[in-house]
Amino acid sequence: MSRLLEINHCRKSFDGSEVLTDLSLCVESSQVLSIIGPSGSGKSTLLRCATLLETMDGGDLIYDGTYAARDMGGRAVYAPPAQLQKVRGMFGLVFQNFNLFPHYTVLKNIMEAPMLVQKRSRKEVEAEARALLDQMGLADKADAYPFQLSGGQQQRVSIARALAMNPKILFFDEPTSALDPELTGEILRVIRALAERKMTMVIVTHEMAFARDVSDWVVFMNGGVIIEQGPPAEVIDHPGQERTIQFLRRMREQ
Amino acid sequence: MTLATIVLKMGDGFGKTCAIFFLTLLFSLPLGMLVAMLRMSKNRVVATVTRLVISVLRGTPLMLQLLAVTYGPYYLFGLTVARNKLIPVVIAFAINYAAYFAEIYRGGIESMPVGQYEAAQVLGYTKTQTFLRIILPQVIKRILPSITNEVVTLVKDTSMAFTVSYQEMFTIGKQIANSQTSFVPFVVAGVFYYVFNLLVDFGMGRVEKRLNYYR
Repeated sequence: MSRLLEINHCRKSFDGSEVLTDLSLCVESSQVLSIIGPSGSGKSTLLRCATLLETMDGGDLIYDGTYAARDMGGRAVYAPPAQLQKVRGMFGLVFQNFNLFPHYTVLKNIMEAPMLVQKRSRKEVEAEARALLDQMGLADKADAYPFQLSGGQQQRVSIARALAMNPKILFFDEPTSALDPELTGEILRVIRALAERKMTMVIVTHEMAFARDVSDWVVFMNGGVIIEQGPPAEVIDHPGQERTIQFLRRMREQ
Repeated sequence: MTLATIVLKMGDGFGKTCAIFFLTLLFSLPLGMLVAMLRMSKNRVVATVTRLVISVLRGTPLMLQLLAVTYGPYYLFGLTVARNKLIPVVIAFAINYAAYFAEIYRGGIESMPVGQYEAAQVLGYTKTQTFLRIILPQVIKRILPSITNEVVTLVKDTSMAFTVSYQEMFTIGKQIANSQTSFVPFVVAGVFYYVFNLLVDFGMGRVEKRLNYYR
């Protein structure tokens, strides 16, 4: 197993208040890692730092041996733009609100980045995009515009868009939180199918049953630090920390 | 003087009215984008200076700006007044309208959800690619009604060129009205502008419809 993502001693503050405190995390190849925790615990910020949407104040960020940021005397020093661009090619991100491009058809949403950024041929990209849509059960929606789709369909398109870049690791930022409860199932099924095909994934989620079912590593965060982590059988079924127990009890009561 | 003669004489100036209209759009639409960029610059000095310039251009009469651009060079530097008044007229109009367009562009750009930028960034789009392919097309759709508003106003504003005696339609109409002591030229002018704007509305309506394929 190779180490696809390594975050060491990550620190991040907003306006003087620390959101992430000396946080370290590793993701191995083919691993499905879920990050759980109450809102405001820093899960989303961690994901945004990992995907270069936020800059860390301090710490290392390493993708498959390539440094995106290196800690130098407590400050995170980021790699030059060309190297960051290379790193961006290694991961994909699925947003809570999908963030599809509304003026593009479904097919163009998926095809443009591989053609524009990776300079791959239209023919090859289109074949792959259509295969992905087929996998997502959306083969007939290629020429539709995002506004014509349900939330669940839009989220599946955004997963296809991320996968079309052939990322080594795929991040999900609460992928079902913007969906009606009856639509969450279809997204969770897609993620489960990806897990079966050994896709490396990091999932920020509030779906405890799903996290226990699909992940092989669970990280519980609170107050900007990792309180405990381990296989779901430990962290979710037999948590050792008082705060984890409280959090899981509250989730069950909802 | 018969109505037909009045219409014909004023029609002579219509080409010049159209020249002001189209040249102003040609220059002010792109110039407005440049001004919007400067206005949103991360450089505080650039942004503040641009904001002041926009404020002056929007806060003073276009008529005054026309006079300033046309006769300013003479009073300030003793240069001769341009023989072809179209040049100072278009310069004044283009700068004035660029200020308004800049604020419309800025409003449109700032109304874009940050998620669009983030999605493009994660997919590896460069900043230029993101702006040209993802942001700008959506901004254009959003601001089109405001742009139409400005264009309609511009049609009527061309009449202000009479302040520097540029021989466009309204200037000619005003001269006829004075010499014939008649109100008819003004009615003719009103009809001209109204028909012109019907066409503008029709054209812009079609563009808006074409962009209605998505929401």
